[in-house]
Amino acid sequence: MKAILTLDNLASGLVTTIWTPVFVAIFLAIVAYAFWPRNKAAFDEAAHLPLREE
Amino acid sequence: MSQPSISKSMTIGESGLAVVFAVTAFLCVIASAKALDAPFAFHAALSAAASLAAVFVIINRYLDRPAALPPQEINGRPNYNMGPIKFSSFMAMFWGIAGFLVGLIIASQLAWPALNFDLPWIQFGRLRPLHTSAVIFAFGGNVLIATSFYVVQKSCRARLAGDLAPWFVVLGYNFFILIAGTGYLLGVTQSKEYAEPEWYADLWLTIVWVAYLLVFLATIIKRKEPHIFVANWFYLAFIVTIAVLHLGNNPALPVSVFGSKSYIAWGGIQDAMFQWWYGHNAVGFFLTAGFLAIMYYFIPKRAERPIYSYRLSIIHFWALIFLYIWAGPHHLHYTALPDWTQTLGMTFSIMLWMPSWGGMINGLMTLSGAWDKLRTDPVLRMLVVSVAFYGMSTFEGPMMSIKVVNSLSHYTDWTIGHVHSGALGWVGFVSFGALYCLVPWAWNRKGLYSLKLVNWHFWVATLGIVLYISAMWVSGILQGLMWRAYTSLGFLEYSFIETVEAMHPFYIIRAAGGGLFLIGALIMAYNLWMTVRVGEAEVQMPVALQPAE
Repeated sequence: MKAILTLDNLASGLVTTIWTPVFVAIFLAIVAYAFWPRNKAAFDEAAHLPLREE
Repeated sequence: MSQPSISKSMTIGESGLAVVFAVTAFLCVIASAKALDAPFAFHAALSAAASLAAVFVIINRYLDRPAALPPQEINGRPNYNMGPIKFSSFMAMFWGIAGFLVGLIIASQLAWPALNFDLPWIQFGRLRPLHTSAVIFAFGGNVLIATSFYVVQKSCRARLAGDLAPWFVVLGYNFFILIAGTGYLLGVTQSKEYAEPEWYADLWLTIVWVAYLLVFLATIIKRKEPHIFVANWFYLAFIVTIAVLHLGNNPALPVSVFGSKSYIAWGGIQDAMFQWWYGHNAVGFFLTAGFLAIMYYFIPKRAERPIYSYRLSIIHFWALIFLYIWAGPHHLHYTALPDWTQTLGMTFSIMLWMPSWGGMINGLMTLSGAWDKLRTDPVLRMLVVSVAFYGMSTFEGPMMSIKVVNSLSHYTDWTIGHVHSGALGWVGFVSFGALYCLVPWAWNRKGLYSLKLVNWHFWVATLGIVLYISAMWVSGILQGLMWRAYTSLGFLEYSFIETVEAMHPFYIIRAAGGGLFLIGALIMAYNLWMTVRVGEAEVQMPVALQPAE
């Protein structure tokens, strides 16, 4: 059996495939945000949050 | 006296909810009268009684309260709302003991079948969902609600949103548990594992859960602390995902609106896939994300150390979110589910090793600089051992999801052993540790009644877990090997009953382990009870002595 290449198949194939790179890109952006040097101070501060409440 | 300028009147919430419950009570009486089956009539009557009680309590509470609602802040400090937290903590302990006890009963029934007593209400098939729901949803759920309401207030430095709403959540949730649990005993079930409650209980839970989400979100929105602490992210993921899973897995058509029986909309393998998408993410987001929120707040607090790496906690969170949702198919290896879907589920399960261990390391390393406290503080020890069990069971789980391993482990007691190393070791211990912290905080006590008793609880329960999981490992692997043993002529070597006979000693050891775990919980209940009753009150510093911020 041979898959027939129609515009419909192509479109649905693209839509379902595209999620993988999109999710990977989002995740990499989150990793970059977490390790961005300028954010370090704020995160170190947040790590102390449970300890400094009244 | 209170300011005379405010004239007392009911809030929209109070009057609205009173009217809604009055109408509900009326409708439930009708449903009870027209019911097609006895359990439905019983549940409708129970709901009518509960609705009437709600109307009474709302009006009584209104008559007793001062004209003004509780202030958001007193002397510049948030006026934290502890009432619903106390209630949920109490219910957690109550359901915990009930759930462990039912677990002990069914473990004994497996070892000695005569204990079924030929009574339909207490036979294994009905008690088993009672056990799982009582420990996961009743015990675990109340722990999550209590701790989430505490953590969101403290880490946002804001009073819990809503006046009646938090009470609606905790009371409504426990009423759901009551309906679900009594339903199991009466034979009401939709036969989906961990989603056994029938359509009307599901609808009620949906309403309660949306209220829970709104209370939690509204508290975050009015926070005084600019940063949203990572524990709140985990709690929020837990609440949102459970809502999605509940709605996805439970669309059902009742045979009649006056009867308990319904049919699920999904059919065949789609139903199976939905069921295990739900089932595994209940593990991932109820039993993992929610309790990780506890880890990220209670361990730093108890150890008095900051989180080891806040950046790792962010990656831990998002990696779990992206990966967990795909792992469900590993429950359906070698079934009618397409092969590629099985492989997908296996692959994502294996990838889960990384965030799980990242999170475990983050929790354990939070103790750096405070390791000596493990010797002196049994509560902290309980919390830390729970994280070690988290690491152990999240190592074992991905391994068991590998198809060749699964071909040996599936349908055997190995699965039961795996589940309980996670449930008793991780969820149980982290919950115990959190409650040991939370009860003195919520009731404003200096500390626990007795740390010595915590130490006893720790060792008795640990011994119970070791007995339980080692018995199930041996039993499960033995069972799996016996099932696949062939003679030289190609016949199966063992009949099924021979494998059952071989399990017997391990079932007795397992019941003994469960019994020890229950004894530990009873020690805990006594300790918490005495903490509340005779514990020394924490002296609030006079306002004048507060240092300026």
